[in-house]
Parts: sequence; C-alpha cells; structure tokens
Amino acid sequence: MRILSRIQFYALVAGGIALCAFDAAQAQESAHAAKLYNTYCVQCHGINRDGNGINSAVMAVKPRDHTDTKAMGDTPDETLFKAIKGGGLAVGKSILMPKWEGVLNDDEIKELVTYLRVVSKTSAK
Amino acid sequence: MRIKILIGALLGMSVLGGVQAADLLSQQCVACHAVAKPDKPSLDRLWERKGPDLYYAGSKFNKAWLVSWLQNPTTIRGGGVMFAKAVKGSADHTVDTIDAAQVPAHMKLSAADAATAADLLMALKGDGLVTAGAFKNEAPGSMASMLFSKLRGCTSCHTAKAGGPPTSGPELYTGGDRLQPDFVHAYISNPQKFDAHTWMPTLGLNDADIQKLTGYIGTLKSEKK
Repeated sequence: MRILSRIQFYALVAGGIALCAFDAAQAQESAHAAKLYNTYCVQCHGINRDGNGINSAVMAVKPRDHTDTKAMGDTPDETLFKAIKGGGLAVGKSILMPKWEGVLNDDEIKELVTYLRVVSKTSAK
Repeated sequence: MRIKILIGALLGMSVLGGVQAADLLSQQCVACHAVAKPDKPSLDRLWERKGPDLYYAGSKFNKAWLVSWLQNPTTIRGGGVMFAKAVKGSADHTVDTIDAAQVPAHMKLSAADAATAADLLMALKGDGLVTAGAFKNEAPGSMASMLFSKLRGCTSCHTAKAGGPPTSGPELYTGGDRLQPDFVHAYISNPQKFDAHTWMPTLGLNDADIQKLTGYIGTLKSEKK
C-alpha cells in the first residue's frame, strides 16, 4: 500500500517549500530590523539593548532596557509602535526619545516592535 | 615674441595649478567623502562610507574654519563617521564605549593645500538644501541653552562642552566656528533632506525653537580664539 498518494506528496513538498520561504522571509525581516536597531536605537539603548548606549552617559533619563522582560512584557505593541513613531511624548514619556516617523515608515516600525519582542523574550500584546 | 612666451608660460602654470587643485578633491578627498550627491542614498551606504558627505560643504562650513581645521584636524565625531561601527558593549551593564582604533584621524594638509581644498569645497553648494537667510540672526535669548541641554534633548547626542564622553553626533562646542547658521537651521529642520537614512531624526520643532537653537549653536566657539 502506498503511504502517500502522488497529490499528497506534492502537497507536502509545496508546503515544505512555503514553510522554508516563510522562515527565510522572517529571518530576512529580522536581520533588517536588527540593522535598523543598530543604526538608530543603539546610540541610546546600547549594543546589549539594555539602555546603556554611548549617549546614555549624559542623559538625564536612562533609556529603556529592552531586555527587561517584565517591563517590556507589560507594554502593549501599540504603545511600542507609538513610542517609536511619535517619540516619548506620544506615550507620556521623556522627550529624549525622539520621534522616528521622519526616518522610519510604518512597516519598519512594526518590524522593530516584532524585533523588540525577540530581544525582550516577550510575546505580542 | 617674449611677451607671447611669457603669457604661454603663465597659462601653462595656471592650467597645471588647476589640474593639481582639482586632483586634491577628485583623487584624494573622494576616497572617503562624497563630493557629488550620491545616486542611491541607502542605509548600507551610511554604514560603508568612510567620511561625512561633502557635496554641500560650501553651504555647511565656514571657510576660515576649513582652512584651519584641514591643517590641524581635531575629532568632531567621537564615534567616527558611523558611531555604530566603533561602539563596544560592556560585559557588566555599564555604558558602551568607543573603540578608538575604529576612529581614524583625518590627514593633515599643508597650508597651501588646505587653502586650495577649502576653495574647492566652498564651491560645492548642494543646490536647494540650504536656504540663505533662513536664520534671522536674532539673539538666541536666555532659554536657548536650556532648550539645547534639557527641553529638546540635543545634548544627548551633541556635546556643547569640550571634554565630555563621546556621543553619536558631531560635537557642537566648535559649532559656531565651523558651521554656517543657515545650514544649522536647515539641518535641524530636516536632517533627512540631507540624507534620508541619517540617525538624527526630524524632531518637528517649531521655527522659534529652531531660530533659538541655531543662534545658540552659533555662540559655541573654540576657547582658543
């Protein structure tokens, strides 16, 4: 008895290819998000993503520690999106977090929100 | 006949001088700097370039400062042209540091070459980027330094006093010597007009704030003078 019909076999192969493509697309998006983070966020949030960027030495308000699972876990995606797009003032926080809407488009900001979930080991909220 | 020979010799010298002057920009400076507007600005280009763009140098710098600085270059960007390539994380949750080995010093030019380079650079205007007369040249007022240091957060990335730790933006404690006020006004208004991907965001400040900050930066000058 044949375990798989020919159609089932092809469906399985197609599914596998789709899954690989999805993974590759996700990896590509994540690499792009990391590059954005390293360009724009690292100056304050730091190489270790813990709020210790080179600029933090002279800042009156310490930048958010993105590895803080508790604090990041309590922050909804919408708030993260607003904070990046509109700056600290848009979410009742410090003006030292500038608005990035002139540099990053909405898709890139969404990529960064997803990336922050990876960095903070939290899930979308 | 003698006059013709003399004129010919002078013409030859001036042509030779012209070639040498052009060489300075087109063969030396271009190794690290864009002296023409880049065809394809991209994030990758910012990571790969070795020096700041100079295609609008004539609208950005004060000529006297250029001539002086090219002979005795100082560090303007503590983290180099792309801070992110020089920054190092710590293992113990302390502030990141800059790897000085990743921040090469600018070459020193002779007085003659500095003057030639400054002439050539001042001719690079970057059409349309800077509006002459945008800075109204009013006294910045007593709140300007507070705007810079606290209220608008400029000091997070730009130092107004020499001797502080390196930050991600160029120092501004010699900003008054170095920069033309109309350029400062244009850049604060919209850094992305100069490079769509640069890491100084458009802050959306009103013109009153931009005037005050431009005036304040104009007062930041080297103490040596």
